[in-house]
Amino acid sequence: MEKRVTFSKWTIGILFAVPQLILIFTFFYWPAGQAVYWSLTLQQPWGGGNIWVGLDNFRSILSNASYWDSITASMIFAGISTGLAMTIALVLAALTDRQLAGSWLYRVVLIWPYGIAAPALALAFRFILAPEAGFMAVVNQVWPGFWDPGLDGTDAMASIIIAFSWKYVGYNFIFFLAAFQAIPRSLIEAAAMDGSGVIRRFWDIQFPLITPTIFFLLVINITESFQDSFGIVDIMTAGGPANATNLMVYKIYSDGFKGLDYSGAAAQSIILMLLIIALTIVQFRFIERRVHYR
Amino acid sequence: MVERTPILNFFTHLILFVGFVFCVAPFVIVAIAASHNLKDVNDVPMSLLPGSDFWVNIKTAWTTADLGPKLLNSFIMAFGVAAGKVIISALTAFSIVYFRYPGRMLMFWLIFITLMLPLEVRIVPTYAVVANVLEPYQAIMDLTGLSWLIERVSGVQVSLSLGLLNSYSGLILPLVATATGTFLYRQFFLTVPDELTEAARMDGAGALRFFVDILLPLSRNNMAALGTIMFLWAWNQYLWPLLITTDQSHAMAVTELKQLIPNVGGAPEWHIAMAGTLIVMLPPLIVVVLMQRWFVRGLIATEK
Repeated sequence: MEKRVTFSKWTIGILFAVPQLILIFTFFYWPAGQAVYWSLTLQQPWGGGNIWVGLDNFRSILSNASYWDSITASMIFAGISTGLAMTIALVLAALTDRQLAGSWLYRVVLIWPYGIAAPALALAFRFILAPEAGFMAVVNQVWPGFWDPGLDGTDAMASIIIAFSWKYVGYNFIFFLAAFQAIPRSLIEAAAMDGSGVIRRFWDIQFPLITPTIFFLLVINITESFQDSFGIVDIMTAGGPANATNLMVYKIYSDGFKGLDYSGAAAQSIILMLLIIALTIVQFRFIERRVHYR
Repeated sequence: MVERTPILNFFTHLILFVGFVFCVAPFVIVAIAASHNLKDVNDVPMSLLPGSDFWVNIKTAWTTADLGPKLLNSFIMAFGVAAGKVIISALTAFSIVYFRYPGRMLMFWLIFITLMLPLEVRIVPTYAVVANVLEPYQAIMDLTGLSWLIERVSGVQVSLSLGLLNSYSGLILPLVATATGTFLYRQFFLTVPDELTEAARMDGAGALRFFVDILLPLSRNNMAALGTIMFLWAWNQYLWPLLITTDQSHAMAVTELKQLIPNVGGAPEWHIAMAGTLIVMLPPLIVVVLMQRWFVRGLIATEK
């Protein structure tokens, strides 16, 4: 879409864009380029110059079993937390959209979790799910040793999934509710007139009409599970126990800033970038598809 | 409501209520735990009746993690990011929508691509840039031979250096350097009727005048929505402040929470940790509750 009426002094126009251009060049393109360069060289953190090593960094990362463990952990985390957060949000939004008495309350309250910082909610859940105090302690009293995120990798993974899903249910709820409300009432009423019940209407009318939102949220949730998980992992498990929750971004951070392996961290960043770009492209293809439904 | 469905309505209420409980429970548990003393908070099961030590714990958490200055830092950073986004995105969107110049589409794509790669994935090199923001320009001058030329002519060796670690600009600027707000404004500017622009031009208004006196007042809603979202987003940043602020005087409230995690072997002071969590949770929660309309609107508009 283009404007018909524009201003002719385009030199002024360019000046308007200069601040943003300087910012994105300095803090986006240069670092991104730098990451590519570092990933192809062996950089000494104390500044001994770089040696060109081609794809060696990638080769050594991809042949490292702990990197694959990190990818697997990220995928498990992304898959389960996205599934949980989206399903729960979808159900809650669909029910809120029925607009029974009191639904305003849910509309207001259910989005609160999304405003909370990941580390803050992580600390809250660390207490709630702590094996010795908190609420899981009660379960542990009945079945001793049932729950211990500090020792058991599965329990630790479950903890970060619960914390992350809790936040993103709120996020998904906002989008699902907006999507439901965008469906014309007349469609629902016409279907009801034809004798279809609430559940039938959900599967045959509402669900197909919100599929674009579902695809959109699917991609956003997966991307966010790569990024927003950092605070949760850092506060709740610090990647442990035995690297069971060492997700990709956390590994970049610990390899780069704690292990001072800049080249390895840069190569990991590049792999993650490619992954996210691929997801974004998938998202665009689905957004194109949206046309079919309207 | 289209028809009478009493059984389904019952289940609707039931499920929504369970969702409501799960959503609010963590807030309530944090608040209750923050009101107990050391013994009560570690009781199994913890009593759900509030204890009497709420203010004592808040005070302890406040002083242990030194939250006063940290909260101020968080506010400065969040305001800085929100203001920066609101202003810079408006300028850029105006340039993209209202002018025709060579390379405009290239610029559009250059900005658009920044949406794809969040700060978290390019964190290592961005850190290096912030350690010396002029490094890119130095490298360009070195590569183009410009610094060699200057050294020959004036005898001065060019070495540009400006470190932004442990500074507000170092915290804020990289967070502003994405395109989130630009597209929000662009979509809105495209809906502003052309007649308005024509009328303004007829009355002799130039580009700057039109922007300040007509376009900006019209975008007030967008600014509120974008500002709210960006404030929350910046307040909740964790990884970036963690890296950039090695110096305590610039640390953020959110990163300070780590100080409150009970140590293994130490006394399990969960009541203090929860009091601290409550303090850090509260400002964004207040923003969400008070600015709900703008929050929802901004969220939906910035992501699409």
